[in-house]
Amino acid sequence: MPVIWIAGIYFGSLCVLLLSAFWDTNPFTAEVVHELTLDNFRTIFERNVYRDVAWRTIRMAALVTVADAVLAFPIAYYMARVASPRTRNILVVAVLMPLWANYLVKAYAWRTMLSDGGVINWALAPLGLHFDGYSTVGLWLVFTYLWLPFMILPIYAGLERIPNSLLEASADLGGRSLRTFTRVVLPLAFPAVVAGSIFTFSLTLGDYIAPGLITSEQFIGTVIYSIRGEALPVAAAYSLVPIVVMVVYLLVARRLRAFESL
Amino acid sequence: MSKRYRATRLAALGLLVASLSVVAAGCGGGDDEGSASTEIEGLGSSLEEIQEMARDEGQVNVVQWAGYAQLTDEFKTETGCTVNTKDGGSSDDMIELLQTGEYDGVSASGNASVRLMTTGDVAPIDAEFIPNYADVQEGIKNQEYNSLDGEPYGVPHGRGPNYLMFRTDEVPEDTDSWSVIWDESEPYNGKLSIYDDSIFIADAAVYLKATQPDLGIEDPYELDEEQFNAAVDLLKQQAPNVGEYWPGDVAKQIGSYTNGDSVVGTTWPYQYVQLTAADPPVPVKAIKPKEGTTGWSDTWMIYSQAANPNCMYLWMNHMISPEAQAAVAEGFGEAPVNLKACELTKNANHCDEYHADDEAWWDDVYYWTTPTADCGDDRGEVCKTQEDWEAAWTEIRG
Repeated sequence: MPVIWIAGIYFGSLCVLLLSAFWDTNPFTAEVVHELTLDNFRTIFERNVYRDVAWRTIRMAALVTVADAVLAFPIAYYMARVASPRTRNILVVAVLMPLWANYLVKAYAWRTMLSDGGVINWALAPLGLHFDGYSTVGLWLVFTYLWLPFMILPIYAGLERIPNSLLEASADLGGRSLRTFTRVVLPLAFPAVVAGSIFTFSLTLGDYIAPGLITSEQFIGTVIYSIRGEALPVAAAYSLVPIVVMVVYLLVARRLRAFESL
Repeated sequence: MSKRYRATRLAALGLLVASLSVVAAGCGGGDDEGSASTEIEGLGSSLEEIQEMARDEGQVNVVQWAGYAQLTDEFKTETGCTVNTKDGGSSDDMIELLQTGEYDGVSASGNASVRLMTTGDVAPIDAEFIPNYADVQEGIKNQEYNSLDGEPYGVPHGRGPNYLMFRTDEVPEDTDSWSVIWDESEPYNGKLSIYDDSIFIADAAVYLKATQPDLGIEDPYELDEEQFNAAVDLLKQQAPNVGEYWPGDVAKQIGSYTNGDSVVGTTWPYQYVQLTAADPPVPVKAIKPKEGTTGWSDTWMIYSQAANPNCMYLWMNHMISPEAQAAVAEGFGEAPVNLKACELTKNANHCDEYHADDEAWWDDVYYWTTPTADCGDDRGEVCKTQEDWEAAWTEIRG
């Protein structure tokens, strides 16, 4: 049954999306005209703005993923291998808690904090500093915050699965803790990091609400959102960009055995 | 590959093909629109019948600009119709919402109404069933944005300008020109608040019309290649200085002016009314600059396949009643189209302050309309279309 659901509803809608990328529009009423054309793809490839926006979005997704991985690893490591069971439970709840709050509330909260008169600039003011919050850097902070739990949890699960015997074996063979970490823990946990990165990368790639709230720069999601009314076929064609990027990403992730640690 | 796996794959493929053909069939049927008719299915044939049938419908769902619907409680008591509103952020938004088929009507600006009339998504009205229509200012009836082939579509709602709004603690009080967001925006860079829609290209054209007469811009919606490129270049120069593009999200703009992230930009009267009425009031001033401005003259229109046509007819009549018009005029900050409202406004001078009856004041307010290839003069079919405007806007935003 689930196969039928996925095939019919999910892939069905995707195919309709794909199909509408080949349709034309009436230049006056902006109504979709059912005539096959490749113009929409030409628009996307020929106009620099679409390429710039795509690169900006992919770059942002990559930077957010790196930041999340760097932040999440020590937290997950502490949770999985250092903390007492009691502390571990508290930490798991603490990591999950932000996921219970609505995404919009969090995004708006960041918008307030990043404002010129917001708490971040209030804290920086005594140091004589000013941070332009409504910028690409501000957005990077917001995304990093929003998707951090999605990175912590897979890494935590991956680290927890590493048997203690392996670490002991490494120590018995004379490996110091740093060496054990780089030669045993890191390689074993790497697929889990890749698994987490699937979430952080794809969520950033497709988001259109946080970019609209925090910056005036366009991202793939905001462009699709703003042109969908007047140029639905172009929007459909453009939406294939993140789809293709994600397919490639998932293929690479599979090679790196990420799916086995999910 | 196991047998079972292959069978599932086949089933999935079959479903996919099936779902696609359903979609294709559904799409094929929708192309025979365009014939105008006042006959809406389920509409009563007399005012009494409409009132009676409205009680059975019990509701009306409308797409509106934020703050438009007024006196909805009174309307419900009077007619039995509950009003459900959905705010649209831009004309494109509103068209898209109406075309979902979920709504009975829309408060359309000129850049939506002309398209909606052409596609047949909205129906002409029978003024006989809308008694208050007789009180609407004659000068606003039967304009190109609210009628087609001499037939009125919907009822006028009100009109207003897009203002230049600035915080008086940051920008000199005697500012009277759009130049503060264009050539002389230097002191406010990073704090400009700009409407996020392709129609804003017309605002650049209004400024160029006044400052670069060589371009020969007459109508800011009828721009040929050279004029259009000049406007787009001006907007591209402005883009790095913009603090925030607000996509019709009034709360976002009100917030930014309140906390000082935005100090000057373009706005609707609604935000100005809200900011000055806030506690404590935000020190802002809104003006129609000396170059003139863009604006809108809006129309309540009925969806041609409205589920609640009787309530919608009563709603259109309600919105041009003197009481509702007075509430709209003061609530949103615009000029009423039914001048009987002028005696009912809380501020007795409202109609004078908003120039309701002062046609000369409106001469340099250019109402939103859909740009078409036809320039409307001897230049011929060389003007930039809505599609071009849209594509350019995406590039301006970068």
